[in-house]
Formats: sequence, C-alpha cells, structure tokens
Amino acid sequence: MKELEYPFDSDYIIKKRKSLRRMLLADGRDRLRKKIAVFGGSTTNDIVVYLELFLLDRGIEPEFYQSEYNQYWQDAMYPSEELINFSPDIVYIHTTSRNIVNYPSVSDSKEQVGEKLRTEYLKFEQIWDKITETYHCPIIQNNFEMPFYRLMGNKDCSDYRGRSNFVSRLNRLFYEYAEKNEGFYINDINFISASYGLRRWSDPSYWNMYKYAMCTEAIPEFSFNLSNIIKSVFGRNKKALALDLDNTLWGGVVGDDGVDGIQIGQETGVSQSYYEFQSYVKQLKDIGVILTICSKNDYENAIAGLNHPEGALRPEDFIIIKANWENKDRNIIETANELNIFPDAIVFADDNPAEREIVRAQVQGVAVPQMDSVENYIMNIDRSGYFEVTNFSTDDIKRNEMYKANAERAAQQASFSDYGEYLLSLDMKAVIDDFIPVYIQRITQLTNKSNQFNVTTKRYTSSEMESVYRSDEYIRLYGKLTDKFGDNGVVSVVIGKIDGVILNIDLWIMSCRVLKRDMELAMLDRLVERSRQRGIKIIRGYYYPTAKNKMVRELFKSFGFAKTDEDSDGNTVWELKTDGYANKNNVITVEDNSSLTN
Amino acid sequence: MDAKEIYERLNKVFRDVFDDDDITVKAETTANDIEDWDSLEHITLMSAVQKEFKVKFTMGEIASMKNVGEMVQIIEQRAK
Repeated sequence: MKELEYPFDSDYIIKKRKSLRRMLLADGRDRLRKKIAVFGGSTTNDIVVYLELFLLDRGIEPEFYQSEYNQYWQDAMYPSEELINFSPDIVYIHTTSRNIVNYPSVSDSKEQVGEKLRTEYLKFEQIWDKITETYHCPIIQNNFEMPFYRLMGNKDCSDYRGRSNFVSRLNRLFYEYAEKNEGFYINDINFISASYGLRRWSDPSYWNMYKYAMCTEAIPEFSFNLSNIIKSVFGRNKKALALDLDNTLWGGVVGDDGVDGIQIGQETGVSQSYYEFQSYVKQLKDIGVILTICSKNDYENAIAGLNHPEGALRPEDFIIIKANWENKDRNIIETANELNIFPDAIVFADDNPAEREIVRAQVQGVAVPQMDSVENYIMNIDRSGYFEVTNFSTDDIKRNEMYKANAERAAQQASFSDYGEYLLSLDMKAVIDDFIPVYIQRITQLTNKSNQFNVTTKRYTSSEMESVYRSDEYIRLYGKLTDKFGDNGVVSVVIGKIDGVILNIDLWIMSCRVLKRDMELAMLDRLVERSRQRGIKIIRGYYYPTAKNKMVRELFKSFGFAKTDEDSDGNTVWELKTDGYANKNNVITVEDNSSLTN
Repeated sequence: MDAKEIYERLNKVFRDVFDDDDITVKAETTANDIEDWDSLEHITLMSAVQKEFKVKFTMGEIASMKNVGEMVQIIEQRAK
C-alpha cells in the first residue's frame, strides 16, 4: 500500500498504525507466515508494531515472540519452554550502544581496552552460536550506532579510549563474524541512525522515560530497513528493473531532441545527475538485477539514445528492450512473460506520474517508485530496498548473462522445425548428484525463490538445509545445466525423505529459465537410480496447489506416476514403482560431482 | 488558537491513535477512561500530539500531565 512505500510519511504511519494494520489484515492477500523472535536490549514494542506493517505489505504475515525488557542475553542462553515451542524462523537481536557495559575509561591501558572489547564481543558471539545450535535459523543482529556524546570531542573516534572508537572496533568484529557465517545478517543501525540524524535519533528522553534506544519517531524508518532484510531472506526480493528512457535515463526526449540534444554525461549538473543514475543502474546489474527497457519510443531512437557516447549504460546491458507505442502495463506483462518471472517481481521506474499510475493500477504487485526529479532517483530506488542483498551467490553476478543466453536460445529455436532436434542442438550437459558444500547456498536460495515449478512450496532456511545435508535419511539431488550458450548454474533441486522402502518427495523445484529442456526428466532418471541403490520400491510425490504453481499440477502424471489420493483442496498424492522404470531423458548428457573437479 | 480548537484537533488525534471514532476527550479525561491507553500507547499518543501541534513537550511536562486538560494548557501556552 502506498502509505508504506518509501518515501513514506512516518508521522502518518505512527498516527494511523492501528487502522493501517486493520486494512492490511482485511485485504485477503495470501501471505507467507513466519515466526520472528525478537531479543531486545531495550523496549521493542514499537519496533515490532511497524515491522509487522511493513512485512504485511510485503506479503509476509509475522508472528512475534518478544523477550522481556533487556533480557536478550538470558533469553538466548537459557531459552524458556515458551520460546522453544515458538520455534522461530528467524531471530532478531535488537541491541544498541546503550547495551554496551564495558566501555573504556580514560585511565585504561591499551591492553585493558582490548580486554574489554573481547569481553563485549564474546558475550554476543556466545549467544549467536547458542541460537544457531538451538533453532538452526537465520539471525539478524544490529551493529552499534555512534554514542550520542563524545567525551574527547573529535579525538573520541581515533583514540583507543574513546567510546566512538570502541564502537567502531566492536562493529568490525561483528562484520568479521558475518563474513564467516552464512545466515547471519547485520541490521545496519549505524547507517540508519546517521541517515536519520544522530542528534534527533538519540534524544536521551526516550531512553530515560521509556527505555527506547532511539526516538520513537525514527522507528518506522528503522523497522522498514529491518523488514528489507527479512523479506529478502524469505525470497521476496524484486528481480528486474524496467526503465523508461526519456527524462528517466537521460534528460530530454530523444525522438524530438535527437541523440545530440539529450542530456547525459559531464557537461551540466543535470546531465551529470542522469549519468550518475545510469552508473547506479549499471551497478544494480552487477548484483544480479535484470535490466529491461519499457519506453514509448521508436526502437531506433531508443537504441541511439542508449548508444550515446557519454552514457554509462549500453543497449547490451538490457535483456529486453520494449521501445514501442503500446501501453506500458501491457509491455510490463509481456516483459514478465518473456523473462518467466511474475509481474510482481518487477520494479517499474518512470518519471511520468501518469504512466506510473496506469502500471500501478493495471499490474498487480508491481513496484513503482516515486521518480519526481533526477537527483532523487537513486535515493528512492536504493532506499526502497527492492534488491536488498542477503545471500550473494556467483549466480547473482551471472544472472544477466544467463538471461541473455536464453534470448539467444529462443532465436535458435525459431530455426528448427523439430523441437527434439533443437534440444539436441543445444549440446546440453548436466551435473546431477548429491549436494556439495559449494552449492548449498545457491540450493537454499533456489528453494526460497521458486514459486512456479515447485510441487510442495516447502521453504528452507540455511540452517534447515544444513540439517538436511548432514542427515542420511534423505536422498538429495541438485542439477546444474550447461549448454552451448552458457552455464545456467544450479537450476533444479529434489529432496526425498526415506521411510523404509518408500521415498517421500519433500521438494521438487526447477528454475523456470530451463523449462522445456527435459531437465526434469534427467532429474527423475537420477532420482530413480539413487532410490534403487537405497532399496526404495516406491517414490511418492505430493502436489500442493498455490496461486503460483499451476504449471506442475500434472507433473507427476507426466512422469508416469499414478494418482493415489486427492482431497477437496486439490492436494494430490502420486506413486511410482522403481521396478521397471525406464530412463526418459535422451537429450542431456548427465554426469556426477566428480566431473566438476576435472 | 483557542481551547475549543485545540480540543477538536486533539480529539481527532485520539481517534486516529486509538482507532476509535467514539472517543470524545474532555479536560478531565485520563488514561483510565480509554481502554487502549496504556503506557506503550501513551508514547505513540505523545508523539502524535506533538506533531499535530508542532510542539515539543519536555520530559518534566510529560511526567507531570495528569489529564487531557493539563495537556491542553501546555499546548495553549506553547503553540501560541
């Protein structure tokens, strides 16, 4: 809802929080349910109130557990039965520089301060390890904001006895832990407090009266930033950025002003602003955001504008260029179809408020940032947190290349009359085998992002996936597909749980970018092979319908499974006997993990 | 700004914060008269009132306010 999108009006949200919540809960939207344990070193009530609003708006319905005031350490180390039963999907530790007990004093020696630093740090490391061990779930931990006074003035930041210096060193230790531990995320309160204004943020009356570590007016901004991490962890990031051209990527109208007349480059303040925006967009591509164009223009003019020598972007940075005179909502939907993603995974950036309104109204779930003046473009897109990075895999970096290769495949397909011949011409090679550590992160990411080709829509956190990986009760397969146009990376995952001679399929997913390549058949062949090796007689598949997974309703049937059960909600159960199964894939050459090292 | 106008605007703030259109505040209204008005909601209320009248209460004022009437007095003096 618009009231909760950046740049939102915090005062309005504070005043209307109850009615906003009421409206969100009544909108009938199907949401992901997640349990969030909040361990606080200060009052967390309002943080949870606004976090709930922002998460509801992003399709997540949270249930909260809040520790008693300042009981974060005790709750983590000695969890109550209530907490154990709550079984959180994610733990958030809300501590601030108000919770640092062992600040240095000016009479301390360097060694003494070092000792205090270790003491403070280990207190936290201890609880992170304990939480991981107990709940196997992701952890979000605040870093520390700068203390609100500086005893030594400017020297406070550089002298080992300064509190500011101490906080910076402690933050550094937190980051080192984050680098080493998957599923551990820093909520950057240091940035948010600076961005809000530390003086107003740390108004001591809120601490002294209510035990809030920041002024309550700042909490909506704070909780919004926190909600970005949570929705990203649970796979609710946006995937693509669809950009307008005239007055969005450059100043002026290329069709009227000509390529030489548009404003882009280093000449003026305005042209520099557009250049800066283009550079930002190019960096988004580097973190795996798919770029497309959606502009009312003649195609030739669009390409000419994108080839402007002073610009930072080039036509080849875009996977799809829709430069035509169609309605934009239609172009956005076509873009989504061509990319095999849902329209709600698209961010549409256009300077024209009328176009924004049409797209917002016609395309459900599409994000439409405010783009009122070029100097605000970066801020509005960046702060909205559409592309918040939590797990950054090599696949993210290569995503644009992969979509580009898909476009080339489509061109090749057009030249074959027989689809089987086309598939053979792709020269496909797959590695299908048990999980290996290097791919666990990508495998987890895929389980949380796949909505369409996903029979059970079961989600796994990093720690849950780790447990599956370590257990011998499962048959696990990942599939990685390469063809002559490039490496698609890990595109499919199957997890089956062994129950005597039966294998129950917990998860069967595949990335939509490899649809209709017979990859699912290659996975099935391997699954049957591995099942036989473990003495499995029957493979049992489950299909649970969601709003998004219709395409796999008949998947097991197409595999030759027999339907054994169906309930009134459309949930179905299927069985396949492993005896007498004959391999189905004959277009992909399949190898195992040992081929990766050669 | 006279007291009548302050009460009108204040009433609107109370209705928004407690999401209850049946609220009508009077000078003698206290937290005991409004069901949801607990210590946590009080913080939200203070923040919304200060925004509405563009005033900032001191810690001492917030701590000593006994009822809505005293709040209105402070707003009258401060908002001018």
